[in-house]
Amino acid sequence: MIHRRKWAIPYLLLAPGMAWLLVFFVVPMWYLAKMSLSQGLFPFFSFGWAWGNFRDAVSSYQTQFIRSGEYAGIATVIALAVSYPLAYWIAFRGGRWKNLFLLLVIAPFFVTYLIRTLAWETILSDNGLIVRILQDVGILGSDGRLLATSAAVIAGITYNFLPFMVLPLYVSLEQIDHRLIEAAEDLYASRARAFARVTLPLSLPGVFAGVLLTFIPAAGDFINAQLLGTPRQYMIGNVIQSEFLSVRDYPTAASLSFVLMAAILVLVLIFARILGTDRLTVAA
Amino acid sequence: MRLVRRHILSAYAVLALAYLFLPIAVVVLFSFNNPRGRFNYTWEGFTFKNWTNPFGFPGLSAALKVSIEIALLSSLFATALGTLIALALVRYRFKGSATTNLLIFVPMTTPEVVMGASLLTLFVNWRIAQGFGTILIAHILFNISYVVVTVRARLVGFDRHLEEAAMDLGANEWVTFMKVTLPLIMPGIVAAGLLAFALSIDDFVITYFNAGSTVTFPLFVWGAARVATPAQINVIGTAIFVIAVSGMLANILLQNFRSRKGALAV
Repeated sequence: MIHRRKWAIPYLLLAPGMAWLLVFFVVPMWYLAKMSLSQGLFPFFSFGWAWGNFRDAVSSYQTQFIRSGEYAGIATVIALAVSYPLAYWIAFRGGRWKNLFLLLVIAPFFVTYLIRTLAWETILSDNGLIVRILQDVGILGSDGRLLATSAAVIAGITYNFLPFMVLPLYVSLEQIDHRLIEAAEDLYASRARAFARVTLPLSLPGVFAGVLLTFIPAAGDFINAQLLGTPRQYMIGNVIQSEFLSVRDYPTAASLSFVLMAAILVLVLIFARILGTDRLTVAA
Repeated sequence: MRLVRRHILSAYAVLALAYLFLPIAVVVLFSFNNPRGRFNYTWEGFTFKNWTNPFGFPGLSAALKVSIEIALLSSLFATALGTLIALALVRYRFKGSATTNLLIFVPMTTPEVVMGASLLTLFVNWRIAQGFGTILIAHILFNISYVVVTVRARLVGFDRHLEEAAMDLGANEWVTFMKVTLPLIMPGIVAAGLLAFALSIDDFVITYFNAGSTVTFPLFVWGAARVATPAQINVIGTAIFVIAVSGMLANILLQNFRSRKGALAV
């Protein structure tokens, strides 16, 4: 506690990093906000409290907003269903090899995002093995496809953001004191009951963090829809991307960005309310 | 019953791992493909020629070079800046720490398109030409938060008594930091640096918004995907994968070795 009187030290330590965050995160957000209320054509925009941008953005791209929420929501639920047992298995059955199994989980994501997604394009392609098997057993019609469907886009999103689900789940499961579970079983709880009343509640911070870290990038993604889907599967990320980089209608793109952030924030708050307890946010 | 359950869970885990590795297997397999056309989507026959000629496609090696340079520089800067922030947050109580925490947390929960777009807006407003410099700025930015979180996790579990012991033995604060604190948190710093490097070399979205005419490896893949997908992309992808995974594997084995030797239990 020798440090307490040297009040300037923490600020000196913070200064360079926080300056970076201020100049290149906070200031850009402010410019983006200003842009969302501006009018004009590239590169001449003028600020003018143009709230109509927001109304137009939402009404023109309602479909893509809803679709983003749906795709990201479904992908998050599937990712949770895939990841929870896997994280549980590593945390409780991994033994000495925990770190190795964890490496196995993360390893696929060292292949560049775009290359991974292109690989899914190969796997799901019309003359690929999976489509042919599904056609043979009659799940898909003889001219049925997987590529260019919502299912393909959701599958891609689920896969690409999986580590963001597995890692927080693993961390929270791994920290659980096994004696608590043993105690529940000593007190005649069945294994299922011990899981439901002890393990699951203790892992909720991990669930919360995982859902958050998966849903947010998923809702803003545009790569999966672009590579595995068609314009009929485009999400709001595709719209923002093309409004910025192709159409160059910055005000519309900026207001879309803010609506996306606001929508995500609202969903996250609702979700936090459902899971209860404010302490969850600390874990995230 | 218990035996069955144990095996159900294990089988599920194996299936999940298989799912994770399916596309990777495809990437590796198709790096040996001999595509007849410009696209590498169907299997045409085995060949080593992509591996013996990994840069045999115009622009590929230049893009990879840019990616590696930016990953090195941005992970170095972000690790330095982030480690200092983590030290301040864990070691000191000060006014504004809640705001600092928030400012670390929010970038990680901002969708990449939005972050990329806001930086683009900034650079347009300030009339900064986009290119290598703006990519570097952006990569340092999104890496800082991840570094802080990683290093902080290491610092929280730190035994302060070791520092007190050093000071009791006459070391001043600087010597204590250099000889005790820094070596002990080094694994956390290295892990943060590696994470930052991996995030940087893989980033597409934020880079796409701020690259100007500079091409990184992911941007190259993106551009290529529209006109042709040379099997060399798979070769480079596989190579990055193998290097990264063997590095991490070595790290795990080294730590197991150290802990067996019974070195400082931190």
